[in-house]
Amino acid sequence: MTDTLSTTTNASAERTKLIRAGLRKRHLTEAIFKGFGLGAIVLALGFVALLFADVLSKGIPAFTQSNLHLSVTYDPETIGVDPAPVRTAGQSDADFRAANLKWQRDVALLNWNKVVEASLRAAAPAGFEIDSRQILTIAETNARHQIRDMFVADPTLLGKTIEVDVLASANADNWVKGNIDRNLGDAQQQLSAPARNLIDTFEANGTISSGFAWSIFTNVDSRAAPAAAGLAGAFMGSLYMMLVVILLAVPIGVASAIYLEEFAPKSRLTDLIEVNINNLAAVPSIVFGLLGAAVFINYLHLPLSAPLVGGLVLTLMTLPTIIIATRGALQGVSPALRQAALGMGASKTQMVFHHVLPVTLPSILTATIIGVAQAMGETAPLLLIGMNAFVASVPATPLDQATALPVQIFLWQGNENRNFFEARTSAAIIVLLGFMILLNAIAIFLRTRLEKRA
Amino acid sequence: MNSFLIAGLLLVLLGIAYQVGWSRSRNLATPNGVKVHSRPQYHGSLVAIWTLVPTLIILALWGYFGPDIVRSFAVSQIPADVIGGLDQMGLNNAVLRLQSIASGYGVTGELAPYEQAAGESLRSFQLLTSLLVAGVAIAAGIAALLFARSRITARLRARNSVERIVNLALLACSGVAILTTLGIVASLLTEAIRFFTFINPIDFFFGTVWNPKFSSTVAGDYGQYGLLPLLSGTLMVAAIAMLVAVPVGLMAAIYLSQYAPRQLRAVAKPLIEILAGIPTIVYGFFALVTVGPFLRDAGAAIGISVSATSALTAGIVMGIMIIPFISSLSDDILNQVPRTLRDGAYGLGATQSETIRNVLLPAALPGIVGAFLLAVSRAIGETMIVVLAAGNSPILRGTPLEPVSTITVSIVNQLTGDTDFAGPQSLVGFALGLTLFVMTLLLNIVALYIVRRFREQYE
Repeated sequence: MTDTLSTTTNASAERTKLIRAGLRKRHLTEAIFKGFGLGAIVLALGFVALLFADVLSKGIPAFTQSNLHLSVTYDPETIGVDPAPVRTAGQSDADFRAANLKWQRDVALLNWNKVVEASLRAAAPAGFEIDSRQILTIAETNARHQIRDMFVADPTLLGKTIEVDVLASANADNWVKGNIDRNLGDAQQQLSAPARNLIDTFEANGTISSGFAWSIFTNVDSRAAPAAAGLAGAFMGSLYMMLVVILLAVPIGVASAIYLEEFAPKSRLTDLIEVNINNLAAVPSIVFGLLGAAVFINYLHLPLSAPLVGGLVLTLMTLPTIIIATRGALQGVSPALRQAALGMGASKTQMVFHHVLPVTLPSILTATIIGVAQAMGETAPLLLIGMNAFVASVPATPLDQATALPVQIFLWQGNENRNFFEARTSAAIIVLLGFMILLNAIAIFLRTRLEKRA
Repeated sequence: MNSFLIAGLLLVLLGIAYQVGWSRSRNLATPNGVKVHSRPQYHGSLVAIWTLVPTLIILALWGYFGPDIVRSFAVSQIPADVIGGLDQMGLNNAVLRLQSIASGYGVTGELAPYEQAAGESLRSFQLLTSLLVAGVAIAAGIAALLFARSRITARLRARNSVERIVNLALLACSGVAILTTLGIVASLLTEAIRFFTFINPIDFFFGTVWNPKFSSTVAGDYGQYGLLPLLSGTLMVAAIAMLVAVPVGLMAAIYLSQYAPRQLRAVAKPLIEILAGIPTIVYGFFALVTVGPFLRDAGAAIGISVSATSALTAGIVMGIMIIPFISSLSDDILNQVPRTLRDGAYGLGATQSETIRNVLLPAALPGIVGAFLLAVSRAIGETMIVVLAAGNSPILRGTPLEPVSTITVSIVNQLTGDTDFAGPQSLVGFALGLTLFVMTLLLNIVALYIVRRFREQYE
């Protein structure tokens, strides 16, 4: 009796041991599995952090820029030009404009670099030895246009001396920021030895100072004067496209969602539309670019590089997103609301427009803003409709040539002056991301605001 | 005439029409307790719609034919002997000068003897025609308004008419999506077929050399357009992306949906989804200036030569981009598996990870496969990351450490800035686009089918 009992106890002890051992192993696997899960989260969040840290660390220095404070003298000896034309009585607009243009052409033909050079030499210590070509590499090439335009705007400046801030050249800016290795030999340096010395002198005597780089926001793109290249044109282009997307994609998207969700009879046709929209949402964006190139540009002969065409392409691309989100929102409305409205004698259209739609407004708005933000970040389709052209002006209408913010990033990253443009591209990315974060913040704000009221 | 002015006038007219219909309907109701079928708003809307249609038609016709009419009038004002001496350019120029005089802006230089008078008469013609058109449009609108008003009776089913019109407008809007698909298919097909008249489809689909020639000196030598190097590059990059995205995305979804405390989930989920909202050009730049050089240096440190722009660089960064896509889809799907299945497994003594691996994942497998296929389709169609970071080297290779090219990169290269579509050099973009479209379409259809079946299974 005791014998059997002890055998049983032994056997059960064995078993407990076995189970304990197995349990330890199982708990270990459990911990490892959980660790993998946590690791995946940490990894994913690490990617987010890395991406932002990388872009910010590269881009923030580009928001400060070196400026040259110069005393510019409009010396009548270098600026030998007739006085600006005055309008005579009876002259037609066209004639006056022609005379004015002729005068401006005369002014433009002057060698304004001489003025720039004289101002730079005035700031340099007396007797500093440097030739004209070398000294001019310190100021950005647009300095002469800036000084000339001030004269065109105000011809009475002739003979006067004024204080002007001009941008230092991209190379000078890099030198000041320490992005250029000072130990490199003359042969590898972009700037000549006297120019480098002069920049250091200027830094010491306060002629060069760094300030906030407004040029990024106020200037248009520039190839000749990299330090003056800005985002103003691309920003307007993006804004026009956003306007087109909002004006077209939102009403059409919401209307088709309402039709499909509320009115469409269950038929093969509506099934087809539904499958079609789901597939359209997953069509690669570049295919929409091909559609735009073939239909809008080649068949309808709309202008190349126009924000209007870009907006149309992005509209078609954003439509499925808005439709799907709106349908989701409509499906979420409680049936009680619908039945109550119908029960009170409202027609189906009244039920939808007076009761269902107002309730879903917050979600529709959020989905719309997020869809529009996504469209703003899109690059590939725009490349195929010519929006990667170099445009050095702010588009005045949606039919003018323009680029967009993401396309500008694409163009800048390809610039051969890598040392300068890597930072400027990162700065453009910061602007784009800031723009998108702003849109998303608006979406979140509106949603909380409207949901509270509803 | 100024288009803002026209729009303003139109709005005023519509406002009046609405008001007329509204008050007419109001007046019907008051005198003797007649029951009016529709509310005044519907009568107002109906009258406004009636007014809008003829006005819009007339304005649209003028917008389409007007410029030609004005131009032919201007041409008629130029004396015959002057026209005789002008070629097409000269004629255009003369018309432009006349229009410039007519606008009051004037032209530079001496006026030809006829120009002043011609400009004056063009000016009065323009004024007259625009007044005429505006008058006719307004008259038509008012006529339609009066007609619609006369139709208003207590029994007029204005609400039903308005609702039918609204319904039609909604239907037309949902037609846009269909038209888009038709437009994509039609444009890709026609241009691709044109491409295949230059290049044999067999050479395209099974060719192993991609070497388009732009400045062909020999007539008829367009170069070689073999798809296989591009296809292999595309699949290689997509495969690397999936190798990064699937383990991380799936494990993240499992942790978030099964293990994570509520606060962590509330913070981590939106943070991971930030990755999905970042524009792809930003990923491309990140790959080009940070990840690529890092991989090259890391490779050099362990004695492997890795190219800075390679399938590996593009694939890893694309994988990062796809992580939130996989994780949020998988999260949804895991949450749809019924609780009872999990509770059953716990009841039998299974640990949490055993439940997940042996019960939850097998049950969710079809949905996860669907999510996987959707992610593959996205990876194949992704453009900017590979344009910047894959290196653009369309050669058939077996290693991911070297530069590759993909279908999307070649579309961008062949079509950027070129809208002539005359030779196979640019038309090949459409053949590639068609290939891409068909591939992603098949993946999507299969994936959506699987996901839908999965959802129905547990509903």
